[in-house]
Amino acid sequence: MERDTRPLSPSLQIYRPQLTSVLSFGHRITGIALSVGTVGLVVWLIAAAAGPHAYSTVQAFMRSWLGFVLLFGWSFSFFFHLCNGIRHLAWDAGYGFELRTIYASGWAVVAASAFLTAAAWVAGLFAVG
Amino acid sequence: MLVRSSDQLPRTTVLKRFPVPRNFEVSPESRIEAGDTWHAPADATRVKRFEIYRYDPDSGRNPRIDTFEIDLNTCGPMVLDVLIKIKNEIDPTLTFRRSCREGVCGSCSMNIDGTNWLACTRFVSDTAEPATIYPLNRLRVIKDLVPDLTHLLAQYELIEPWLQSATPAPEKERIQSPDDRGKVDGLYECILCFCCTSGCPSHWWNGDRFLGPAVLLQAYRWLIDSRDEAAGDRLDNLEDPFRLYRCHTILNCTRTCPKGLNPGKAIASIKRMMVERRS
Repeated sequence: MERDTRPLSPSLQIYRPQLTSVLSFGHRITGIALSVGTVGLVVWLIAAAAGPHAYSTVQAFMRSWLGFVLLFGWSFSFFFHLCNGIRHLAWDAGYGFELRTIYASGWAVVAASAFLTAAAWVAGLFAVG
Repeated sequence: MLVRSSDQLPRTTVLKRFPVPRNFEVSPESRIEAGDTWHAPADATRVKRFEIYRYDPDSGRNPRIDTFEIDLNTCGPMVLDVLIKIKNEIDPTLTFRRSCREGVCGSCSMNIDGTNWLACTRFVSDTAEPATIYPLNRLRVIKDLVPDLTHLLAQYELIEPWLQSATPAPEKERIQSPDDRGKVDGLYECILCFCCTSGCPSHWWNGDRFLGPAVLLQAYRWLIDSRDEAAGDRLDNLEDPFRLYRCHTILNCTRTCPKGLNPGKAIASIKRMMVERRS
């Protein structure tokens, strides 16, 4: 068939990233990260139930730089997905579709998730001491 | 930056394109190769470069990016003027659709500097240096900037975009109150340029079954027309995991519409009608 030899015009490769698409992709990616992170949470709980040796092994990993990065990413994913999820709820109810509202709520989600992540870490580090 | 209308250009984007390889998920026949450069005449004073996607089906070669140097002092103010100047004076094989040159026919929709817009209503002075011009996204290319819209128009036909009424036609026109007439404002203005549909990531990846924002906006235009009596059948036709519900409210459609319409809101209104008729 001649049709199939025609090239497909580029899309993701050249389309400009905009707040609309970036936050949507971000919602999908953080959703996946949260699912994977839940496995980590389960591992941590199992280790706590298995006894002090298993728990201290997992705890040592959490306090390594890799564990720190993963935990930080997971906490940001949590707050971003939460905030943007609320934004999606408003859309599902039919509100917030004017372009300036889309952008205002989008930047609000970015600011709120950054703030909540920072606040959670400050609170957490104070609690640990 | 707060974007208030779709004609506000993206100025604050950190990235010009997503951080994926140039040939990410690109089939061999779609790979873009280096093209030619057409230099401006030596006496040109205000030179601007335009990088334009080229594909010639008769050459047997892959698509390429040609660079044209244009003297803006001898050219009109719009991107369409640049394309016409290239076709008239530099390379007559450059192929693109155009008709009205004033934003009402929807022929010259294309990807300019990474977002979709009409070439006739985009000022050259608003474009980047160099300006990049591609055909509408993720469509089979017929030649240069002319994509194959057959599938999109077939999707449009699927929603039966005409008045359907069981009531016998009255002697004169079908009467509509000013309020009811007002409900199709912001919908009837759509010129079917498909800037929104081809800028929709959901339609890129599920376009075979997802109808896309342009067609769904038209579907809503008939759903809320007080003279139309087929709303139930129309909703049945859209009640499908893909046709309607592949819309994930990304809202690239509302961001890019060159007529300032709101396909995202229209799709949400259809989803709402789906819920309301069940209760």
